[in-house]
Amino acid sequence: MSLNLTQIAVTPKAGRPLFAPLTLVISPGQVATVMGPSGIGKSTLLDAIGGHLAQGFTVSGQAVLNGQDLLTLPAEARRVGVLFQDALLFPHLSVGDNLAFGLAQSVTGRARKEAVDQALEQAGLAGFAARDPATLSGGQRARAALMRALLAKPLALLLDEPFSRLDADLRAEIRRFVFDHVRAQNIPALMVTHDASDADAAGGPVVTL
Amino acid sequence: MKPQGRALRAAVLILLMGGFVLPILAGFGQTAGAAFGYLPVLGADSLSLEPWRALFALPGMATSLRLTLVTGIGSTLLALVLAAGFCAFAHGRMTASGMARLLTPFLAAPHAALAIGLAFLLAPSGWIARLVSPWATGWDRPPDLATVNDQWGMALILGLLIKEVPFLLLVMGSALGQLPLRQHLAAGRALGYARGVTWVKVILPQVYPLIRLPIFVTLAFALSVVDMAIILGPSNPPTLSVATTRWFSAPDIALILPASAAALLQIGLVLGAVGLWICAERILRRAGLWWLRRGGRGHPTEPGLWLASTATATLMAMGLAALCALLLWSFAWRWSYPDALPQSWSTKFWLSPGKGWGEALKTTLLLGLASTALSLTLAIAWLEGEDQAGTPRAGWATALIYLPLLTPQLGFLYGLNVVFLQIGISGGMGAVIWAQMLFVFPYVMIALSDPWRALDPRQIRAAASLGASPARRLFAVKLPMLLRPLLTAAAIGFAVSVAQYLPTLFMGAGRIATLTTEAVTLSSGSDRRITGTYATLQAALPFLAYGVAFLIPAILYRNRRGLLGTPT
Repeated sequence: MSLNLTQIAVTPKAGRPLFAPLTLVISPGQVATVMGPSGIGKSTLLDAIGGHLAQGFTVSGQAVLNGQDLLTLPAEARRVGVLFQDALLFPHLSVGDNLAFGLAQSVTGRARKEAVDQALEQAGLAGFAARDPATLSGGQRARAALMRALLAKPLALLLDEPFSRLDADLRAEIRRFVFDHVRAQNIPALMVTHDASDADAAGGPVVTL
Repeated sequence: MKPQGRALRAAVLILLMGGFVLPILAGFGQTAGAAFGYLPVLGADSLSLEPWRALFALPGMATSLRLTLVTGIGSTLLALVLAAGFCAFAHGRMTASGMARLLTPFLAAPHAALAIGLAFLLAPSGWIARLVSPWATGWDRPPDLATVNDQWGMALILGLLIKEVPFLLLVMGSALGQLPLRQHLAAGRALGYARGVTWVKVILPQVYPLIRLPIFVTLAFALSVVDMAIILGPSNPPTLSVATTRWFSAPDIALILPASAAALLQIGLVLGAVGLWICAERILRRAGLWWLRRGGRGHPTEPGLWLASTATATLMAMGLAALCALLLWSFAWRWSYPDALPQSWSTKFWLSPGKGWGEALKTTLLLGLASTALSLTLAIAWLEGEDQAGTPRAGWATALIYLPLLTPQLGFLYGLNVVFLQIGISGGMGAVIWAQMLFVFPYVMIALSDPWRALDPRQIRAAASLGASPARRLFAVKLPMLLRPLLTAAAIGFAVSVAQYLPTLFMGAGRIATLTTEAVTLSSGSDRRITGTYATLQAALPFLAYGVAFLIPAILYRNRRGLLGTPT
């Protein structure tokens, strides 16, 4: 199912909207890109869709996913995954426990472990379940973060400049890895970036705020 | 504001208002009434100025007032100068974690234990005199010198300094962490200002506003301290706070009305001193700007910094020696003057908890654990409420946290006890836990707030986007990631509880004996070996708490590099 954004606008308390209302349809498996100068509110747009808007901002418009307007739901009920600039693996949990964090509670016992092991293998991290996330390399962390997000079975994915901290070689590799998974899962993804090469690689619609 | 945040915030607010602010106001109201002759339980029910007349007619009143002002303001001023000098000296020579390790023992040691140790060290029959006698002094018996309880309050100022300088160093350190210190120092020195002058002209004016509130806390504390003043201060007449405590607990209940007037005067003194301090700030600001604008590059300031640092190092050495003296005396058996060490040792006092310290230890532990656990829970509820509501802390809320630390305990504790008596809960453990929480909670809250806010909010968003409810985000992400600061805050809270003297004395109605109340009582002239045992135990408990707070995360997270290293 697609993610339909209609007339989305974010307004700070006592201020003008950050950008002109945004309307965009992202089909399943597609990665749409939002570009624009820094400070215009690209990340705030993602916060609004994901349900993480800071106090003092209001969002108007509609973001319909799976027949439901996301904007009325609390963040944890939206089933919208987020990848940030940093992997943000929980430092107190092992790599395996990080991945298992988002698994539905209905997945129990052996099935949990198997789901995690399978995801680790897909990310080229087989045997890393017990590792301390702080000991992973940048690329390994980025792949683990994507796997953690996907195991929660999101219906859409938000990418907040997820490749900007990676160096050039790694960047292309991780980008391909993430986009391949978005296509394989057949979910819509919305990416914010500064880098035109990200938008080219994504191949989806590009909006400039 | 989100609804679940609102409910939590309302609950915390009601608890704080009902549990903290109302009791303080009620206690203050009772005290104020009694100060003007209205205390129906004593049959006094007409408003008059008689208690004040009686107060100023009490012998030694003028001396007590002078002593309080000199020791309170003097120690705070000196502590500020020494801490600023040491900070300038130690910066770049010492790492932040090294500094934290250096300060911890002084922050952890309770005032009473440190004071008793200092008395053991400084007294004419104390350790220092024994170490230098008779070969250097020729004394073969303790000289007739008032090195402790001196009539000028020097020993008290010294004791206060040993606690206050490390406290101010701690708050300065965390304030300096918020400034681009290296760049400013480099810029100042590149313009030709000497290192020390750069500190005074560039760094201090930026640091001062950040540490102003802790300075006021120090000032209020030094003006109203009781336990340390009983042990180290002059005894006849003593400082106003000690005199007031004596009048409150005197057998002659007619003294309660003037004592209440004295308690009110104590609040007036703190307010007056803070006012005076603010005036001095204004004047110094003008004079400082004038001095700064003249652009003098100044003389080499290294000697001044050396002096301040040497004085600070001496203070710390004395503090450590004082704690050692406690331990030494608690194991001494025969130790005649002027031997440097005991002739024979004994574990007699340590092996007989039945003589009193066993019970006192149990009570102290119980009070400490209960008040710390409750305070920590309340602090977590408050901070989580702020997170869920998404609003920053209002100014009045910060004021609320600092209120019990800025109000002299004497100003409301006796009145509060009258209220407790009327409700019928005075003299119980519950009443003491409650009263201790008034002081434990603020410190826990202050210690926990910065690390809590330093958590990366994106980490919490990541958890939410994985479907974690607010409760799961709190218990499965925030609290485990904050384990180290949580335990540090708990250790600080526990240390504060162990050190409490007046709340236990007044709310316990003399029936609840802790290591602190016993040690203070024993400090006046009884067997040093027994006093040493109590004081050693009293000092050991906070150290243990800090040790546990350090060890648990180190063991639990030994394979979690992201959570080791410097506390966030």
